[in-house]
Amino acid sequence: MTTVLPDENAQPSWELAPAPESTDHVNLKPAYDLFINGEFRPSRSGKRFPSINPATESTIAEITEADESDVDVAVKAARAAHENVWSKMPGAERAKYIYRIARLMQEQARELAVIETMDGGKPIRESRDIDIPLAAAHFFYYAGWADKLNYAFPNRRPESLGVAGQVIPWNFPLLMAAWKIAPALATGNTVVIKPAETTSLTAMKLAEIFQQAELPPGVVNIVTGHSEVGAAIVNHPDVKKVAFTGSTEVGKIIQRSLAGTDKSLTLELGGKAANIVFEDGAIDQAVEGIINGIYFNQGHVCCAGSRLLVQESIHDELIRKLKHRMESLIVGDPLDKNTDIGAINSREQLNTINSYIQIGKDEGAQFYQPSCPVPDKGFWCRPSLFTDVAQSNRIGQEEIFGPVLTAQTFRTVAEAIQKANNTQYGLSAGVWTDKGSKIFNLTSQMRAGIVWANTYNKFDPTSPFGGYKESGFGREGGLHGLAAYLKV
Amino acid sequence: MPTTLPTHFPTVDQVGVVERAARFTTRSIKTAAKMQGLRMVLSMIDLTTLEGMDTAGKVKHLCYKARHLHDRVEGLPTVAAVCVYPNFVGLAKQKVNGSGIKIASVATAFPSGNSSLELKLNDVRMAVDHGADEIDMVISRGRFHAGDTLYVFEEIAAVKEACGKARLKVILETGELGTLDNVRKASDMAIAAGADFIKTSTGKIKPAATMPATLVMLEAIRDHYFATGKMVGMKPAGGISKSKLALHYLIMVKETLGMAWLDNHWFRFGASSLANDVLMQFVKQQTGAYQSADYFSLD
Repeated sequence: MTTVLPDENAQPSWELAPAPESTDHVNLKPAYDLFINGEFRPSRSGKRFPSINPATESTIAEITEADESDVDVAVKAARAAHENVWSKMPGAERAKYIYRIARLMQEQARELAVIETMDGGKPIRESRDIDIPLAAAHFFYYAGWADKLNYAFPNRRPESLGVAGQVIPWNFPLLMAAWKIAPALATGNTVVIKPAETTSLTAMKLAEIFQQAELPPGVVNIVTGHSEVGAAIVNHPDVKKVAFTGSTEVGKIIQRSLAGTDKSLTLELGGKAANIVFEDGAIDQAVEGIINGIYFNQGHVCCAGSRLLVQESIHDELIRKLKHRMESLIVGDPLDKNTDIGAINSREQLNTINSYIQIGKDEGAQFYQPSCPVPDKGFWCRPSLFTDVAQSNRIGQEEIFGPVLTAQTFRTVAEAIQKANNTQYGLSAGVWTDKGSKIFNLTSQMRAGIVWANTYNKFDPTSPFGGYKESGFGREGGLHGLAAYLKV
Repeated sequence: MPTTLPTHFPTVDQVGVVERAARFTTRSIKTAAKMQGLRMVLSMIDLTTLEGMDTAGKVKHLCYKARHLHDRVEGLPTVAAVCVYPNFVGLAKQKVNGSGIKIASVATAFPSGNSSLELKLNDVRMAVDHGADEIDMVISRGRFHAGDTLYVFEEIAAVKEACGKARLKVILETGELGTLDNVRKASDMAIAAGADFIKTSTGKIKPAATMPATLVMLEAIRDHYFATGKMVGMKPAGGISKSKLALHYLIMVKETLGMAWLDNHWFRFGASSLANDVLMQFVKQQTGAYQSADYFSLD
């Protein structure tokens, strides 16, 4: 079976000229301090570390390494702001600040998108069209709830919890900050948040936006650094609520460390989502959904559709179309408007992905990558596909967090459900069929927090997001997202 | 070629198609890639006049334009074909003689297709006898909607036979088919019945060509190629009057089918005003400024 089309060499090729997004308008400081009590201030130790552009391996700016004492100052500032200002402020007043933040994000969207792409390696098309608009949308959405909490929880008198300690990952830096900060602020809590060490820059730009919005000092504090900083936030006695998005491994450590405390916790962890395609589905659109499901953001997506389950009768046809489509993906400079797949976020993550690719080959699965060129410098991984994968293969069970798809087959609906649910995770799933009854049957039996039907990776602030099993607990987004930040 | 009506037609998800089609429009086509693309666009145009008030003079002038798109710019390609009603085929053929430009003629009771098969076949034979290289037929949409798919299928096969050596373009008139599922079904039927090209529209119905409908047709062509190894051509027609949109169509062809289809033997634009917009881009490239539309001939 070949995916090469006829006379491919008979025509002169038609390659797109480079179309890089300009970086002239980006305003970055050479180094960023911590953001505590409404101002940028250095850490006690003065330590810093570089933030690298994963597409060029060059340093963009220096980030401050906080320690326990800095976290203590941040939490105390947040506690004071909660007790004296933010929890006492009427919801309608809080909403004004949150709306202002949302509008400032929109005004600065272009700069935020370029920085997000430079710092994290994701294609500008995604940061421009998805990350930044969606982050602003979360602030807009939760601003609307701030003065309506009594209606959200009828016959209750919802109260804020206090200081929320939040730790977020590197895959959607600004968007995850928005998911965490917006509902916390709307419900009257104050925040100490730690962005991921490889992608702190848009959080620091967000700190500048908080200043422009004249958000009262201490309402949001941003402390940067490595995992010790996250641990210090989680374990601080004045933190009343912990919200974490990241790996299941770290999630378990956090849950253990909170045992016996009265802190409330939400965890949004890993995933290994099944993307199930039935023979009656629209195959070409399913192929698009598979591509979008696994190669979106280089596969650095907790809800990525990383396990493809294909009905046996269409397996060969679908895989042929999938490979053909993979040939048209453009991998390279994330700032180029035509790039489909950008740079892997860090060398460490690239090593992890490559080790899983080796594991898959050793496990005997069939490996495929398109022939697209990749740049010499930087961290790159071509879109990858393993076929003939067994349910017992590690590549089909463990979260790779990279552009690696595994494909399996099934015959019956029951087998599809069984295979889809046979995983330690349960964050998301996709179903592709032309039959409405099949969609309802599957969605009600799938143990996954989000199930997409005939689409994938669609996000909206009004829709709750969260997992089953080792994918975590608690919901973010929508009305459900408010409950995690309130005593009701 | 044995022709049998397919028994299974793939389903199409409209939301997904629209989303995918929109993605092609986000490709940024600049500098050398743009000029190379525009040159391809010019060479793929079927320069068309299909009006009740067409005259011999108008057809003659159109043929001159087809050969001399804009003499002030050197080295421009000619268009692929001139497309006229059957009664102008002989004249047009004579006027493009020696240029390599093909003569396409609409036939089969264009644009509605509401006539007897006998009349439609005579229409085709007349155009072919007068020298048409290509026949653009319309399918019987009424019969299609009534569920008489076998009739539609056999009609296409009969027209194909009447075409002889002329290449057959089958116009689905996607604007009247209602759903993209129907567009896919009609595409598969036309290809199975022997179409050399499938074509979106007559240009007489709105919407004419759209990117989603064209994408569904391209997918049908690709699937046919995967199944049989045989290529079929594609012609979106009507509503494509701007260079940028035409380039997005070419990107769609490239990413759905591949470079092999980016040739006027396999891909055409049915358009009357697209050529001038492309010419305007060429002149802009040379002079650095856009000229007024009055600097480009209207033929």
